[in-house]
Amino acid sequence: MKKVLILLVSVVIAIWFLSPVVLIVISSLTPSGEYYNPSRILPRSLTLDHLRSLFVTLGGWRATLNSVQVAGMSIGISFLFGLPAAYALTRFVFRGKNAIRLGILLTRSFPVLIIGIPLLILYMRVNLSDTLLGVALAHTSMVLPFVVLISSSIIGGVSVEYEEAGMIFGLSRFASFMRITMPLVLPGLAASAIFAFIMSWNEVFVAAILTVGNRTLPAHILNAAMNAPDYFKFAAGTIMAVPAMIFIFFTRKYLMSLWGISLK
Amino acid sequence: MTYKKGVTPYLYFIPVIAFLIVFLGYPLIETFRLAFTHSTEPLGNFLRVTRTGEIWKALKYTLAISAIVVPAQLVLALALALFINMRFKGYLFLLYIISIPLALSDVSAALMSYSIFSPSGYINKILLNLGLTDTPIYFFGRGFESRAFWVIVITEIWRATPLVFVIILAGLQSVNKEYLEAADVFGFSRWTKLRKIILPILKPAMLSALLIRTLFAFQIFGVTWLLTGRDIPVLAGEAYYWQSIRFNSNVAASYGLVIAIVSIIISWIYLVVLRSKEVEGARA
Amino acid sequence: MAEVSIQEVKKYFGNVKALNGIDLKIEDGKFVVLLGPSGCGKTTLLRCMSGLEKVTEGKILFGEKDVTNYAPKDRNVSMVFQSYAVWPHMKVYDNIAYPMKIKKFDRQEIEKRTLDTAKLLGISELLDRYPVQLSGGQRQRVAVARAIVLEPAVLMMDEPLSNLDALLRVLMRSELKKLQERLGTTTVYVTHDQVEAMTMGDLIAVMREGVIQQYGKPEDIYHKPANKFIAGFIGSPQMNFIDVQIKRKEGKMCLVAPGVEVECTPEIAKKIESGKHDRLIMGIRPENIHHIAGKESTTIEGKVYFTERLGAETIVHLKVGDMRIISKIAGDEIFEEEKTMNMYVDTTKIRLFDPESERSILD
Repeated sequence: MKKVLILLVSVVIAIWFLSPVVLIVISSLTPSGEYYNPSRILPRSLTLDHLRSLFVTLGGWRATLNSVQVAGMSIGISFLFGLPAAYALTRFVFRGKNAIRLGILLTRSFPVLIIGIPLLILYMRVNLSDTLLGVALAHTSMVLPFVVLISSSIIGGVSVEYEEAGMIFGLSRFASFMRITMPLVLPGLAASAIFAFIMSWNEVFVAAILTVGNRTLPAHILNAAMNAPDYFKFAAGTIMAVPAMIFIFFTRKYLMSLWGISLK
Repeated sequence: MTYKKGVTPYLYFIPVIAFLIVFLGYPLIETFRLAFTHSTEPLGNFLRVTRTGEIWKALKYTLAISAIVVPAQLVLALALALFINMRFKGYLFLLYIISIPLALSDVSAALMSYSIFSPSGYINKILLNLGLTDTPIYFFGRGFESRAFWVIVITEIWRATPLVFVIILAGLQSVNKEYLEAADVFGFSRWTKLRKIILPILKPAMLSALLIRTLFAFQIFGVTWLLTGRDIPVLAGEAYYWQSIRFNSNVAASYGLVIAIVSIIISWIYLVVLRSKEVEGARA
Repeated sequence: MAEVSIQEVKKYFGNVKALNGIDLKIEDGKFVVLLGPSGCGKTTLLRCMSGLEKVTEGKILFGEKDVTNYAPKDRNVSMVFQSYAVWPHMKVYDNIAYPMKIKKFDRQEIEKRTLDTAKLLGISELLDRYPVQLSGGQRQRVAVARAIVLEPAVLMMDEPLSNLDALLRVLMRSELKKLQERLGTTTVYVTHDQVEAMTMGDLIAVMREGVIQQYGKPEDIYHKPANKFIAGFIGSPQMNFIDVQIKRKEGKMCLVAPGVEVECTPEIAKKIESGKHDRLIMGIRPENIHHIAGKESTTIEGKVYFTERLGAETIVHLKVGDMRIISKIAGDEIFEEEKTMNMYVDTTKIRLFDPESERSILD
């Protein structure tokens, strides 16, 4: 009896979380005729036309590329700046360490969207407005604290003694980090990089404010796609959702352990 | 760990700190400056939106949405976490399904809602086909604000509950099994176990989830803008409107300032509560 | 091969004085144990010697070379970590070979040395496995193999046996010592386990709160501890400490306490006289309290509180006045609780400590 109940509840939960995703994918593949036909709930046939038009005529491909570039730059800069800081947080003991860590933690509760407005004015002065780099830099301020804290915990998970053994047996601190610790933290860092990528990929407010022509995908949806027929909106939503979900699917085990959930 | 004296460790942080000063510190200060810069009077920007009452409307909606959505998320997430933690066969699969919204942006979630609630959306199609209505039911648009409000609420709950769920599940798993086993030996009922053992231990995790979610609830933007534009105004939406459509950075910054101040207050409360918990813990 | 000389080394972590003036000379080829309770600074001293920590003050010399400011990799030292730190992403063979690989030895040399060392440690069949597939004891052997393969000037070991189960620990104690004897490498070994220190060390440095309390051969530390702390730290069961008054009886000097009356030997009496003491702390080890009178013996009278019959010996806990005094008796004997017993003390084996400074007034 209990098993049946569990199954029932599970099915309800699954439907609750899965249906919007499934439905928008279906909607994006629904031919326009069927969509506006009131007697058809689900389409009889599927089409890739909307996705194709979105990419080709409505600038969807451009916007997607922009999103990829922005996200790529954001995680690039974040890791470049963040890894040394994460290393120092984990491996060194020094005055003010806790204050720095707390400070970085606090920036995570910073409402990043409000930086959009002043940054736009600043960017206009330095010719960064409506550039992908400008958006990437803004996104970095959101991603960087996350990268520092996550990398710090990942590096911390690899015992310092492995590195010290490397140092004893002939490596400098840096070489020991690169040749011994790095291979061990790479999987975890890669998973966090993917999550950070998605953070930037999904960000809409700042991206929309800072750009006019070079829009990322969500900013583009906010603008152009809203004036387009419904099925284009769904195509855009699908394009935004599906890659992110695929990424998360492949890194789900790491993400779970990142959040402290054991999967015994 | 190595103890480091002198300036070396701080060098590792210079890029990060410099970056955050430029891209978080400076904008924060600028937001202040912009908000209070006006051609005639310092509070001019605020007066502009208070006189028309629009800021109160936005504030009201932002508060209302947050007040409903955050507690709902907490309760649902707790229920989900308790359910999953029973570790029945196949729970992993369900766990991954619940995590799906974590990958989604508010834009995608809004569009998903749209595909369901739009005039040609699934709900209307089902209702039409079942004969329960002759004309489509409108959930969005002028005059339908109360319906739109609830669509927004449902969408937000759907989208963000998994975030809270993940935090609570992690907290739940850290509950030492021996406490629960002792409770079993003493004959506690399921409900009592929940109230007296699990919830108290979960308190820090739930508190942290509560504060984080409240912070972000005040920044709600994509869902309301995409589904209702300015019909359901929220603080971030108004900021976007004044910046990108009215090209008035000063008024936009005023809204930004309100959001910033609310965030600061919430973070401060969080710190105080956290600090007092540490003191409590130390004393105990 | 090197002699290690530590001169006035201090290490401060902010306000914490982990090492507060260490002077130590370790002769070439010796097995020296740094022994002490947690927090005494022994691991810090080891890490300073290896270069993983920089000293705040003082010098460290290997032979004639001042290595105080050298990085670990330039000191030609080797270390076995408490957690073994065997690199998990490399096979056992690669773990052992890595130090040579870093120093760019040629392939054949690497292979020869790795195989030889593996054979020495008895892990030749494990070379192709990953550390995660090994037991704790096996991983420890890999760590040791890796540490000796380059024939370091100084071999350091940080509590290498503490993560092993009891039986394995006993086995490895002798194996490690024999290995060191065979290789002749100067070895510094950190432990909090006094049995390890006593059985393995050529010399023991007992540390407490950042200073070396005594440095000497195990038997010297055991029979002639320099202060009460060392006397209580070494030896199990712990030495008995009794607060005694000095009284004269019929021309003899006696140490008295409720239930206790011990006659001093002439040598001890002379020491007490010259020091002008009237109160002292007397220390006497359980194995030197007997229940059968010998030639030189005086008494402790008490009631049996509890006995522990260990088969090969019997530990008797006696209630003497307000004190608990422990006696270790060879063989398996039965003593009834509450039975009054007269115990006889071997007066040549008494230790005496000044009540304030806790230092030994003898030797």
